[in-house]
Amino acid sequence: MKKVMCLVMVGILCCVTVFSQAAGKKQFQIAAIFQTSIEEPWDGAIHQACQKVAKELNLKYEYSEGVAAADFEKVVREYSERGFDFIVGDAFLAGEEPSRRAAKDYPKIAYAFGSEFSPQAPNYSVFDNWIHEPAYLSGVIAGMMTKTNTLGIVAAIPIPEVNRLANAFKKGALSVNPRVKVKITYIGSWFDPPKAKEAAVAMIEGGADYLFAERFGVFEAAKEAKVFAFGNMADQNSLAPDVVVTSCVWDMYPLIRKSVDAIRNGSWSAKNLKDWSMMAAKGSYLASYHGFDAKLPVKVKTAVSDLTKKIMNGSFTVPVIETELVSD
Amino acid sequence: MMADIFSASFITGLIGATLRMSTPIILATLGEIITERAGVLNLGIEGIMLFGAASGFLATLATGNLWFGILMAALSGVLLALLMSFLAVNLGLSQHVAGLGITIFASGLAMFIYRKAVGSPVVPPTVHPFSPLAIPFLSDIPFIGESFFKQYFLTYITWALIPLVSIFLFRTRFGLRIRTMGQNPFAADTVGVNVNRTRTICLAIGGALFGVAGAFLTLAHQNMFLIDVVGGRGWIAIAMTIFGNWNPLMGSLGGLMFGFLDALQLRLQSVGIHLPIHVFLMIPYLMTIVALVGVSRKATVPAGLLKPYRREEKGG
Repeated sequence: MKKVMCLVMVGILCCVTVFSQAAGKKQFQIAAIFQTSIEEPWDGAIHQACQKVAKELNLKYEYSEGVAAADFEKVVREYSERGFDFIVGDAFLAGEEPSRRAAKDYPKIAYAFGSEFSPQAPNYSVFDNWIHEPAYLSGVIAGMMTKTNTLGIVAAIPIPEVNRLANAFKKGALSVNPRVKVKITYIGSWFDPPKAKEAAVAMIEGGADYLFAERFGVFEAAKEAKVFAFGNMADQNSLAPDVVVTSCVWDMYPLIRKSVDAIRNGSWSAKNLKDWSMMAAKGSYLASYHGFDAKLPVKVKTAVSDLTKKIMNGSFTVPVIETELVSD
Repeated sequence: MMADIFSASFITGLIGATLRMSTPIILATLGEIITERAGVLNLGIEGIMLFGAASGFLATLATGNLWFGILMAALSGVLLALLMSFLAVNLGLSQHVAGLGITIFASGLAMFIYRKAVGSPVVPPTVHPFSPLAIPFLSDIPFIGESFFKQYFLTYITWALIPLVSIFLFRTRFGLRIRTMGQNPFAADTVGVNVNRTRTICLAIGGALFGVAGAFLTLAHQNMFLIDVVGGRGWIAIAMTIFGNWNPLMGSLGGLMFGFLDALQLRLQSVGIHLPIHVFLMIPYLMTIVALVGVSRKATVPAGLLKPYRREEKGG
């Protein structure tokens, strides 16, 4: 009798384990790995999108932030071993090699990392932020609105991702106003609002009246001097409603959602996912004008909406220029 | 381009920016000088500044009161300095290790508390910061009035503190005790100075100044807190302490020089000089190194610095 009981117990235990595993497998799992904390706008954009998709489709989502270079591979492998279906993250610089090395060992798992290099077959895709289209549109607004014909850009560090926004903003302004002069200052840091503010103050003293705020900190200077600015990465109007004309938004939601769909229907492959970050895929867009809707002339708004249509349907392509910009 | 650089607005703007940008560095340098004069190197400075930036910001965010924020920043600076004191003074641990430990701990704790308080919103919360305060009449002086006398209240306080700290260290009994203790704690003990308690007091004063220096960044110069907002200003203050040869006037002059070069390089970038960007960004740091090399050979380090005091042990 005891033996039978034992066997039954073992049998139940096995069933429970098998079923619970099967049940666990059913729920799709996303993991995100970030080198900085999620307050950093770039990693924050990925995090927000994963959260949104997980909530919408009832998926499991876990993330690790502040992962140092030395731990990066370990963390990628941990999520891989735990059977996550989709692993995303920010691989820029320190994460490149570790994430690619780990991905080779788990060909059945889908990986998508922010990277400036090529995808790696069969399962490692790359993405990046592409906000140059909205940046170009901001430039168009600034070029049409400026009274001093002087614009300013406060940016972090001259890397391709930053440079292409600065160049697009300038091109946009020049496309409508050839007399416009553009000043640019790099503050040499990702998180230094006091320094960004001083950079903006210097530009305003030099005559700039519309500023592209690639970094936080510019709006305070604009507020004090009563000039205008454009936000970046997210809709930042709430920070300074009288100053922020609009913002260039990077929305990772379409990219994450389309990736999950592709993995689920088995069509995932290693590729550059940049198209899903473009305006045509709603991966980036110009935020609402909020209070400026009433202040901007119809002429300007029409120019922007016409150009938006052309960008969306592919009849106009915003040039991608990644060289370092120097003040005029 | 040259016309741009020598224009009146360029120069007045540069002076104003120099004063703003050097304020947190001078405050922190004054704090570090007091601490090191007493014989303790506080490398917790960078973390304490970040913690002050966070706690001051959060206190103001919660209450809407800027001075309450400054008070909380000073208090949290004192608490962290007391922790440093416990490790380095009471337990007599390595000041380098204890200080760096405090910096790492305080930075992590600042982020932890900030996130517990506000979460991780896409757009960070803001407060209504201190406005620049124009001093009547003086701010109307042509050319210099606007740049010197339309500053944040904390900047005026900082400038008042430079002579005050000097007098405190060199013209008061307590200052004499501090300096004696920093040179020779055994001699100080013989004449009845409670070495460890006085060191703790100096650390606490320094910690309060670090905290306020951090809060200047989030409550006056800006209106938000971001990770790493201090960005190495604490380490610059350590350099300025050495540059100033542990003298408040000289150390503040160093802080002023750093602020000037930083304000200058931002302006040079925007007038369109065609040099690689890294050259501009390097200017203040490079000049700091050059100045340190020039000065530090003649530096007279407080002889008791880095040495924990033990009554029973014969020390140097």
